Amino acid sequence: MTATQERPSDEVEREIGRDRRRKEDQRLITGRTRWTDNITLPGMLHLAMVRSPFAHATITSIDTSAAKQATNVVAVLTGADFGEELGVCINAWPITPDQVTPNHSPMPSDRVAFAGEIVAVVVARSAAEARDAAELVDVEYDELPAALDLKDAAADTVLAHPDLGTNKSALWVFDSGEAGTGGAVEDAISKARGDGIVIEREYRQQRLIPAFMEPRSVVVDPTGEQYVMYSATQIPHILRFALAATTGVPESKIRVIAPDVGGGFGGKLQVTPEEWIAWAVGRRLGKPVKYTETRSESLVSGHHGRDQWQKLTLAAEKDGTVTGLKVELLADLGAYVAIVGGGVPVLGAFMFNSIYKFPAYHFAVQTVLTNKTWTDAYRGAGRPEATYAIERLMDELAAEVGVDPLEVREKNWIKHEEFPFTTVAGLEYDSGNYEAATARAKEMLGYDELRAEQAARRASGDRVQLGIGTSTFTEMCGLAPSRVLGSLDYGAGGWEHASVRMLATGKVEVVTGASAHGQGHETAFSQIVADRLGVAFEDVEILHGDTQVAPKGLDTYGSRSLVVGGEALVKAADKVIEKAKPIAAHLLEASADDLEFAGGRFSVRGTDQGMAIGEVALATFAAHNLPDGVEPSLDSEATYDPVNFNFPHGTHLCAMEVDTETGELTMRKYVCCDDIGNIINPLIVSGQVHGGLVQGIAQALWEEAVYDDAGTLVSGSFVDYLLPTAADTISFEIDHTTSPSLTNTLGTKGVGEAGTIASTPAVVNAVVDALRPMGVTDIQMPCTPERVWKAIQGAGSGGATEGAAMPHFESGGEMGNQEQPGTSSTEGAGA
Amino acid sequence: MTRISLTVDGARVSDDVEPRMLLVQYLRERLGKTGTVIGCDTSNCGACTVHLNGSSVKSCNVLAVQADGGEVTTIEGLAQDGQLHPVQEAFRECHGLQCGYCTPGMIMQSVDLLNTNPNPSEQEIRVGLEGNLCRCTGYHNIVKAVQHAAGQGATS
Repeated sequence: MTATQERPSDEVEREIGRDRRRKEDQRLITGRTRWTDNITLPGMLHLAMVRSPFAHATITSIDTSAAKQATNVVAVLTGADFGEELGVCINAWPITPDQVTPNHSPMPSDRVAFAGEIVAVVVARSAAEARDAAELVDVEYDELPAALDLKDAAADTVLAHPDLGTNKSALWVFDSGEAGTGGAVEDAISKARGDGIVIEREYRQQRLIPAFMEPRSVVVDPTGEQYVMYSATQIPHILRFALAATTGVPESKIRVIAPDVGGGFGGKLQVTPEEWIAWAVGRRLGKPVKYTETRSESLVSGHHGRDQWQKLTLAAEKDGTVTGLKVELLADLGAYVAIVGGGVPVLGAFMFNSIYKFPAYHFAVQTVLTNKTWTDAYRGAGRPEATYAIERLMDELAAEVGVDPLEVREKNWIKHEEFPFTTVAGLEYDSGNYEAATARAKEMLGYDELRAEQAARRASGDRVQLGIGTSTFTEMCGLAPSRVLGSLDYGAGGWEHASVRMLATGKVEVVTGASAHGQGHETAFSQIVADRLGVAFEDVEILHGDTQVAPKGLDTYGSRSLVVGGEALVKAADKVIEKAKPIAAHLLEASADDLEFAGGRFSVRGTDQGMAIGEVALATFAAHNLPDGVEPSLDSEATYDPVNFNFPHGTHLCAMEVDTETGELTMRKYVCCDDIGNIINPLIVSGQVHGGLVQGIAQALWEEAVYDDAGTLVSGSFVDYLLPTAADTISFEIDHTTSPSLTNTLGTKGVGEAGTIASTPAVVNAVVDALRPMGVTDIQMPCTPERVWKAIQGAGSGGATEGAAMPHFESGGEMGNQEQPGTSSTEGAGA
Repeated sequence: MTRISLTVDGARVSDDVEPRMLLVQYLRERLGKTGTVIGCDTSNCGACTVHLNGSSVKSCNVLAVQADGGEVTTIEGLAQDGQLHPVQEAFRECHGLQCGYCTPGMIMQSVDLLNTNPNPSEQEIRVGLEGNLCRCTGYHNIVKAVQHAAGQGATS
């Protein structure tokens, strides 16, 4: 029996801050993996879905007889066959009390509301036979007019759900004047119209697809006392709750397992029709069933992200001091209100003001139903949209004032000595140092040299122009203080749970409710616990992703795992030490008051007496000699509810070369200096930043979910949806400044979404910066060579691409762009 | 059904397969070689990359019957005698993976790339991996891993 290694802190390097190689990797690099689709159970049956080819249609008949006759087909089932047994897909965040929320059956039997919606399921002995038979299901539809364009839908021209009478789901408003966090924005704008600067823009946040690499898969095993669902999900705990809440199965009879999960990026933060159908089929047939989507099914039916029109008004004084910001959004929900749904743009509501000291702020979002795939969280969820808008606007303001984009930012940002700072959106930023991050990023880029090169290219009329894009972002992450979520009408809390089990052999089992899907929790969390308990990194085992092992948790999204889940670990580990102390004192025949704990060892002050925590664990396991009344266990658990969000920030600089004859873009250099507080594992952080950057860059340059006039997703495969490859991207230079968070023990801030939030405006700002002397002030994303070329060609007539910056500010109403939908709306224009 | 016989990760195997069965389906569903995964169905993502007779192929783009008589190496057969292949080691060392789903294909393609060009430039690595998609890493550390495996001393 091995005791836990002693690890005196003065002799052994601290684990926190080390670039530990990941524990996860040995399995992943040798193919010893447990993706959901790898799971095969005795007697397992396979599902194939029959999906609507129409965006909006009445189902007049479903003939399953031919499919049922096919060899090795066990059943063909429709929504009508199940009735209420099927349950419903839920929205957990009705953003207003009067939100219009369509009923969302996993498999409707009367009407389909988007192309790709499931109308029947085929069950067969093999996946191939199920798919063959799905072709034999004969569904008759009466096609209905489809609400596709977001602005048209907001005007209720065509109804996505005729029974609801409107496409407008909810209007959510924050106003600093009303909230008492700032002044009235209209006053600021009026004043600026007289003697200052007013910047009015409309930006498009195109629709994106999360495009995790592992297609979603679900296995349901109904053969035990507990029904088991394996799912490629980010949210096993929320999934279990939702199954219980909507299908009538007691929560205690449900076990959800998220085995190895191949990426999520928000795309697996959902409760899906496919899961609900597999659940119902498994229960109905009493046999294990599996459904794994094809990539096209994934792209057409997994939720999409972004998809906003952003109408923005920034007021400033002549010298560039900002005085007000007004934000009016249209947000496309798609056909249904997904689990977070309209909450996504609301998460952005507190971030448009970003790092700047706006004295007045108004935000309004109108969520809108359309006959397209539903939308929900995608990496950043609301904050990339906000950051894009404000960082584009700050460049426009700089151009108007005639100063460097960094100068106008510095004039307006919160100075490092002003923290903690309460923003006009009502958030308290605990720490940060925008000056330091910016200085470092400028140094890394060679900012002054590149500005000089830019000037030289402009002067010489070089065919290839150089642009430098800036993004001094912040974001709010670490979702979330439960009270705040409650005040926003979110249907759950934001705490996280952890437990620490001290095994007799000296090993430590740590259970976390944060369920990883590539982030490296097993490594980073081991480092935290190893330091806290003074045990060896190798002796810590992190368990997660199975509700029978980790019964409590709120899962992984919103850059919350470390800052919320990590803090729960700290608190649970501290309780272990507290429980061990009286036992150690008893065994050492000393007073507990005379013990100190360091480096994994209890020592009696002023003596060389002591024992390692592993020895205490073994003695506790034996329980032969414990103090009277002390329970024979060191195991402890903690549930931590964060006291605040946290606010990573950073300065991202991007240099882009633009071929003015062809519109071709080449990324020359990208640097960033992020301040994410204290870093647990710099290697894992670097990976999060790199990957985040490319997702954000991809929004700027390549990705868009495009629908045709009939509501068919035409970017429905990886042939058409342009994920960047290694050949499209470059290597990055990243660095960090450190302003520890003041609201958690470890001083950490979230990093999972930072790169994605920051990079998109940096890239677009660089492209526009290159072309600004030619009169270009906007290019709609993704900035394809065609759009860039058109912008250059059209620059003489105002500098905007079609559909990118339309005049529409005349109404002045609270949500003017719904009252007067743009007639020239161009969903996917120029693509 | 067609009878095929081949060698997979050093073991001789033989099965009756439907002519339409893809090599990746054969590996996963008949042989239990679930280390090789399916990502896209359209040969874009490369998650299913294996070696067939010494060269990388996307096993979703090869019929099982086309592998008849051939020799297939998957990610599960890359390590020899408990020793990781240098490319596997490099991916771990340089943090060239996060969720790990693209990793089997990415490693198999990287091995093939280095077999063809033992000392590639960064651009040659990037072009050589163009057929393999990764959504987590932004490719930065994957490129570093290949450089590291090539003995170019790169670390992440």
